[in-house]
Amino acid sequence: MPTAEQISPATVCDGDRSATTRRIVWLLGALLAASMIVALATGSAGTSLWQALSDVLQGRELSLRDRVVLLDIRAPRVLMGCLVGAALAVSGAVLQGLFRNPLADPGIVGVSAGASLGAVGAIVLGGALVVWTVPVSAFLGAWITTILLYRVATRRGRTSVATMLLAGIALTAFAMALTGILVYVADDTQLRDFTFWTMGSLAGSTWSKIYVAGPIIAIPLLLTPFLAKGLNGLTLGEAAAGHIGIRVQRLKACAVLIVAAATGAAVAVSGGIGFVGIVVPHLLRLASGPDHRYLLINSALLGAALLVMADLICRVIIAPAELPIGIVTAVIGAPFFLWILLRQRGIVDL
Amino acid sequence: MLNVRNLTVNLGRQTILENLTLTAQVGQITAVVGPSGAGKSTLLAALTGDLSFDGSVTLNGHDIARTSTTRLAEIRAVLPQATPMSFPFTVLEVVRMGRIHKTMNNRMASEALTRVGLHGFEGRFYQELSGGEQQRVQLARVLVQVWEPVAQGSSRWLFLDEPVSSLDIGHQLQVMRIIQDFAVRGGGVVMVMHDLNLTAMCADSVILLSNKMVMHQGSPRDTFRDDLLSSAYGCKIAVNRAPEDGMFLLPQVACAAS
Ligand SMILES: Nc1ncnc2c1ncn2[C@@H]1O[C@H](COP(=O)(O)OP(=O)(O)OP(=O)(O)O)[C@@H](O)[C@H]1O
Ligand SMILES: [Mg+2]
Repeated sequence: MPTAEQISPATVCDGDRSATTRRIVWLLGALLAASMIVALATGSAGTSLWQALSDVLQGRELSLRDRVVLLDIRAPRVLMGCLVGAALAVSGAVLQGLFRNPLADPGIVGVSAGASLGAVGAIVLGGALVVWTVPVSAFLGAWITTILLYRVATRRGRTSVATMLLAGIALTAFAMALTGILVYVADDTQLRDFTFWTMGSLAGSTWSKIYVAGPIIAIPLLLTPFLAKGLNGLTLGEAAAGHIGIRVQRLKACAVLIVAAATGAAVAVSGGIGFVGIVVPHLLRLASGPDHRYLLINSALLGAALLVMADLICRVIIAPAELPIGIVTAVIGAPFFLWILLRQRGIVDL
Repeated sequence: MLNVRNLTVNLGRQTILENLTLTAQVGQITAVVGPSGAGKSTLLAALTGDLSFDGSVTLNGHDIARTSTTRLAEIRAVLPQATPMSFPFTVLEVVRMGRIHKTMNNRMASEALTRVGLHGFEGRFYQELSGGEQQRVQLARVLVQVWEPVAQGSSRWLFLDEPVSSLDIGHQLQVMRIIQDFAVRGGGVVMVMHDLNLTAMCADSVILLSNKMVMHQGSPRDTFRDDLLSSAYGCKIAVNRAPEDGMFLLPQVACAAS
């Protein structure tokens, strides 16, 4: 039996869901804007966004404190949340399209672990001297892992769910073992950074990090719409996709590069934030169908909004202390993953 | 015209097809028949460029190994034996994939669905259809891909792997009529068939495949001879003539082995 997402949303009478889906794009855009504003306005420092806005509008100077809190702490953090959330959700959606399988997620199939290995390698082996080396080596780690994974899990254009998940476990274990060796030789400061980083956090977001990670995430995300039709066709299988005129090899190479760049940069700046890539596309497929022309952009919007909100929870729930965001996404995402697995169990022959 | 010369296909260390030479004409239905495992699907995969092969395959005079994927998609469509899909697309969305690079409206897709007897199925989920319904949805997708004439006037082709094997007799005839209609309007059809009676009824040319080779190619009348069929399928088969030049086949009870 093939992998199948067994869902039964209300039957669509004429089969064309594009109108509804376009409405959802606007809805999610509004959701993202709202969550960004709330996140900017909320925080333990007690600075009021509204007060600051009315001050600025009336021509008064902002106090230095307010300016630092709003512009140098909250703003880059919210923006980073958007970038990372969009990157992870879109990586998940593209990876799922590539594997024709709703269970593929960068965190689960080992791509994030590969990126971590690259990032830690750069930190520990002294490559962190230049700001670019960490995200770039994270990208290389993610890229190599994705290619290995595809080679192992796909035979003659068909992907086996079981092989993909098991290969993911093996790749994750291997990458983590190598990471462990690197950590062993790390010094104390590197170690402390590393521990907080692996749990996943947006706490260290600064404008300079955004300047580095921003392009590495934004450029691949802007390229994904060009993959949409190809990924739709790929659902028919690799051979049939070729028959309707899709250049499958090129599509796969681009998809792997995009996933690696987006995941690599996201992991480099925020560590292990899991499950965004599986929860977001799955919810969207339930709501508006699997057409990648809308799924990809909607994933970016919803992923960004969800991560900004999750980060907000981390900041306020035990204020003035902070929870690593990776814990929040795992607490919500892991049961969700099990739920998808359970629904699939009847029809997927793992 | 489809021209195949000295085609050899190796998979792993095994030779699946050896030194095949055959042709198929535009405006005709060419059926490929032969026992299970004879290499019919393998032949079709080679002809559509999915498998690497030795020898030459030309479609409308162009070497398919040197024709771009996009160009090939304009002039030929391929129906696989079965097409499982992993995401919950609606029937309409699946049919529209046939013209993924071109403009297309929902009416075209609906017309194709009506043609294959699936009027009103547009909003159903592909995964929730029966095997035969899925196969007909895929046929509709394949039809919209090559239904309209191509700009430069080159002939269009359909390659079908067992298009009717999961259908009842009514739908088998309906699908065969669609395929005949396509051929009459100037298309070329190459299809793998299991049902010899249906093949005798509809095909213009039959390729009998057995033991890695083409045992015979010719009209159904020439190809369906007791001796050829019996040795290809390894059991005794008698061909009978029906009135009005028809033909039907009956397997004999006694197998060749006994
Ligand atoms: N990937 C492969 N590697 C090795 N041998 C293969 C491979 N695929 C198919 N074969 C063999 O090639 C032969 C032809 O297979 P093919 O699928 O073309 O048969 P077929 O005529 O289409 O049969 P059916 O009528 O059952 O569909 C079979 O003996 C099969 O075992
Ligand atoms: Mg076959």
